[in-house]
Amino acid sequence: MLSPQAIEKIDYELTKYPADQRQAAVMSALRIVQTERGWLSKESISEVAQYLSMPEIAALEVASFYNMYDLSPVGKYKITVCTNISCMLRDSDEIVSHLQTKLGVGFNEVTADGKFCLKEGECMGACGGAPLMTVNNHAMHEFLTPEKVDEILEALK
Amino acid sequence: MATKIKNLDTTKPVMTDLKGQTLVCLRTLTEENPASLATYIKLGGYSALKRIVTEKTKATDIITEVKDSVLRGRGGAGFPTGLKWSFMPRYFDGTKYLVCNTDEGEPGTFKDRDIIRYNPHQLIEGMAIAAYTLGAHVGYNYIHGEIWQDYETFEAALHEAKAAGYLGENLFGTNFCFNLYAVHGYGAYICGEETALIESIEGKKGQPRFKPPFPASYGVFGKPTNVNNTESYTSIPWIMQHGGAAFAELGVPNSGGTKLFSVSGHVEKPGNYEVKMGMPFSELLEMVGGVWKGRKLKAVIPGGPSTAVLPAATIMAATMDYDGLSKVRSSLGAGSLIMMDETTCMVKALHRLSYFFYEESCGQCTPCREGTGWVYRIITRIVNGQGKMEDLDLLTDVSNNISGRTICALGEAAATPVLSFIKHFRPEFEYYIQHGKSMVEPQ
Repeated sequence: MLSPQAIEKIDYELTKYPADQRQAAVMSALRIVQTERGWLSKESISEVAQYLSMPEIAALEVASFYNMYDLSPVGKYKITVCTNISCMLRDSDEIVSHLQTKLGVGFNEVTADGKFCLKEGECMGACGGAPLMTVNNHAMHEFLTPEKVDEILEALK
Repeated sequence: MATKIKNLDTTKPVMTDLKGQTLVCLRTLTEENPASLATYIKLGGYSALKRIVTEKTKATDIITEVKDSVLRGRGGAGFPTGLKWSFMPRYFDGTKYLVCNTDEGEPGTFKDRDIIRYNPHQLIEGMAIAAYTLGAHVGYNYIHGEIWQDYETFEAALHEAKAAGYLGENLFGTNFCFNLYAVHGYGAYICGEETALIESIEGKKGQPRFKPPFPASYGVFGKPTNVNNTESYTSIPWIMQHGGAAFAELGVPNSGGTKLFSVSGHVEKPGNYEVKMGMPFSELLEMVGGVWKGRKLKAVIPGGPSTAVLPAATIMAATMDYDGLSKVRSSLGAGSLIMMDETTCMVKALHRLSYFFYEESCGQCTPCREGTGWVYRIITRIVNGQGKMEDLDLLTDVSNNISGRTICALGEAAATPVLSFIKHFRPEFEYYIQHGKSMVEPQ
């Protein structure tokens, strides 16, 4: 069951589209449900599809096509580091290895306590602030140094 | 002109020195709260829209003005904006749509982000003028999912504009209505392609459509749709305030106006710089503080990885405009300069770019889906010291067989770095294959 809060947010997104185009809100609806539940299970996707009167497979297609949706658990905090060229040139490799050592996990792994998951991201469109990473998709941290990464992780504990 | 911006979150980047810049799209940056409606109005914002709507300026006159401005599409293709507008059907029984492409995902491109977070109202006004001109009553700004905080800034600006009577129904007491909404991507480079973006707005996976039909006849929900880049729309209010000729004069022939350059990589002061079209590259390099750590410039990708990489000597002699870069066999693209110093291993740089295109190919066309994977795997084997000399010809062959054989331009975009890196830096690739290690990196 979608929560009343999620439904309220999805209903707001629906106001952006013609009444006969409910499916258009699926990008937002999946984002809203993922933010609330941490990741998108088959059941979550199915609930979204039902609410938007669209085939379940069409919602799954969207959820699996865009890489900020997570179809498996990602722990409490998903850290996505950009390693694309502009970040690479400003030593994102150092940030990645620092995070891997610090958290004791590789890409796409979750720490034993279920707190952190590390992901490799593609270009986030903020290359002036390279190297950078996002936490749970929506908080971006730029001009990273190993020290700054430590501060960010500390604040997440 | 102020040299630093106050009252901005210092944890955010891009507070570049404004000296030497010519601010059109980022003109609010001289003020304390650049994104606010009050700031924009203080600078004459929304006056062009109000005049056009209340005086009922003819759509054809506006299109003529935009044509005179020599504004060309800022998303990378450089198609004349005025001409694009003239493709929209004048009469259509039903809703026509206006779409803004703020889905910057090509590495090195981050200019539109600064528009939506520092000058959102100018984009809104530009879209409203376009909507009036093209007879569209609904608009969407599709924003890259990763810059979430900026999406929220823009959506807040939309509410502010609506409350102040610049968006919504019966604007300025006329029968002109325009509702504009923010929508978002969620991690797919391909959605920067306009028909993939339209699919995404409709709630589908972002796979490009066959063209024709073009969006002007079959766009969002199958209705006539005009799609422009953020910076293109944002230039419109200035053009309508000062005239198309004045905008054209800011630049050089065939490249009107100013251009936002996103500068990233090995420079002292990365960030966005808005300058007049036609600025010599060497001047721009000076403006961004030069190459970092006192090193020498080796190579520059001038417009994002879908444009050909250039050796330092070549680009140092070039000017930053459409013709200036096509003369040196590259292109302006979105104005995304990726600067590489002398320590950069070109093999590894290409390796990373090839992974990006492999990862982001939408999978619809076989040459791109398979070809980008082959390219990535061949370069991986070179990087792992298992390359063969014939791999270089193989890479060229595979890339040539992706290019031009796909529905959208991603195929060509994927081929361009491979072909240009090998063309300009072949000895470095040969060294890597022969020795199993990089020519430039310390071992």
